[in-house]
Formats: sequence, structure tokens, C-alpha cells
Amino acid sequence: MRISALILAAWVTIASGLSGCVNEMAREALTLQPEALELRRIQTRRFETKDEHALLTASLEVLQDLGFSVDETEPDLGLIVASKNRDASSSGEMIGAFFIGAATDSEVTYNVEQKIRASVVTRHIGRSGTSVRVTFQRIVWNNLGEVSANESIEEQKLYQEFFAKLSTSVFLTAFDI
Amino acid sequence: MKRHLLACVVMAIAQGCAAVHDQVLDTSETQTQLQLRQVQSKIFETNDKERTMRAVIATLQDLGFVLDKADLTLGTVSATKLDGYAMRMTVSVRPKDGGKMVVRANAQMNTTPVTAPAPYQSFFRALERSIFLASHSVD
Repeated sequence: MRISALILAAWVTIASGLSGCVNEMAREALTLQPEALELRRIQTRRFETKDEHALLTASLEVLQDLGFSVDETEPDLGLIVASKNRDASSSGEMIGAFFIGAATDSEVTYNVEQKIRASVVTRHIGRSGTSVRVTFQRIVWNNLGEVSANESIEEQKLYQEFFAKLSTSVFLTAFDI
Repeated sequence: MKRHLLACVVMAIAQGCAAVHDQVLDTSETQTQLQLRQVQSKIFETNDKERTMRAVIATLQDLGFVLDKADLTLGTVSATKLDGYAMRMTVSVRPKDGGKMVVRANAQMNTTPVTAPAPYQSFFRALERSIFLASHSVD
């Protein structure tokens, strides 16, 4: 009886510790971080047009150029959601994994597949402008079918290329915000 | 002996059913449905649903989320944040009498529901900055 009470107490402690940890992680995830402004700058461009739908259509075309499939659209809120599945293996990583696996006699893991997601959001800004903000993220799976990475993609160059293509597509100059 | 074994199996199945029941309904012994609703909701002094929803979307993007879907008619926005974890969030926007808007958010961190007030307070603070409006708690 006493042992089961001890086990119960231990279990409650662990469970409440875990939920505290989750709440702390969630609080941090929902708090604006100092780098948010810089990310917004990288991910956003302003166009001198009031035609939000034309910008959305052009963004859709660019996403298609990049091989994305559209998952969801809501033009009334200026939103497009798209994704694509791609190979995530690199020969260097696979060779490394096999060597480490052979040396340590452990199971070999290497990345196999990734899902890349993108959302494009347009919004009127000022009197005559419309902004476009695009954000990318990816989930990577290894050869055991486990998620080996899930992350936001924040490389500035990638966003620059996206907006260069978008500018060409709408025949408009993209301005930094 | 056989009877004991049978009792164990029946108990295990019953416990399994109880677990499914608890997971589907997210039953909590420490928080009532009303308390959770109060933690997750804020009222904004505006009657502009579209403006509120666009502010919600912009806030989610500022917080590093990628949108999953949005619907102006139903007033819902869903988004996912990946940063070593997967956080999924749905925000609903509903007009209320007297030119007000009720914004309700609910989030899950990986497979755990977020029920503590602090994460939602942070979210609404970020939303207030985006919408330039003060919010107040629901009664």
C-alpha cells in the first residue's frame, strides 16, 4: 500500500513537472522575441499597388514555379498556404552515418525526406501599398520514419530570391519595409 | 487464477477506454471549462472582424508561425510553429453585441494541450500591439 502511494506521488510529481515544462515552452513560443522585427523585415516586401488579389495571384504563380502545391487559400484575408515533399538525403551525411554506425555498433540514421511548408500573407499598408510576407518551415524525417528536425527556415537569401521572382512576376519593384 | 486474469484484462480495457475518453474530451480536474475559456479569450473594442483576423494572422507570423488555414466567414485561423517542437494553434474571432470582438485562442505543444494562463497572456499582448487596441477579459 505504502509503495503504491509512493509510486503515485512520484508519478504526480513527474506529470506536474512535465506540464510545467510544456507551459514554459508555450509561453516562450508565444512571446515576441527581439529578433522578430528583423525576421519580419527579411520576410516582407512592400509593393506600390492596391491590387491585393493581383499580388496573391502572382505569389501563387511563384510558389508553383518553386514546385509547391497549394493546400489552402483565403483571398478575403490575403492568404495562400502551400507545401512540397522533397528528398532530404545527402550522400555525405549517409556515408558519415554508416561509418559512425559501424564504429559504434548502433543503428544507422540519416535523413530521407522533408516537407517544406510556406504561407504567403498580403496586407494593405499605407494609402497605396500592399505588403507580402512569406514564411517557410520544414519537417525532416530519417530512415526510421522519425522526425529528425522541425524548424523555421530563416536564410535571408532564400527570401530575397522569392521576392526577386515575385517582382518579375508582377512587373513591380519590391521595396523593403 | 483464470478469473483473476480475466478481471485484469477487463480492467486494462476499461482503463484504456477511460484514457481515450480523457484524451478526446481533455478532461481536467483542476480547471473548469469556464476557467479555460476565460484564460483563452479576450474581448477587443472593435466591430471590424476582418481587421481583427488580419491582425491575428500578422501576430502569428511575427511569432514564427506558418499559417495552416483561415476562414473569414467562420472567423478561424490555424497555424503551426516548428522550433524543435511543433506548436499548433487555432484562433477564432467572433463578433459580440455592442461593437466588440471576442478572440479565443487554443494551443497544443506537441501532444499536450496548453492550459496555463501565461502563454495566452503573452499571445494577447503581442496581438494588442498588432491591433493597437486594448483588450479585456471575458466575464
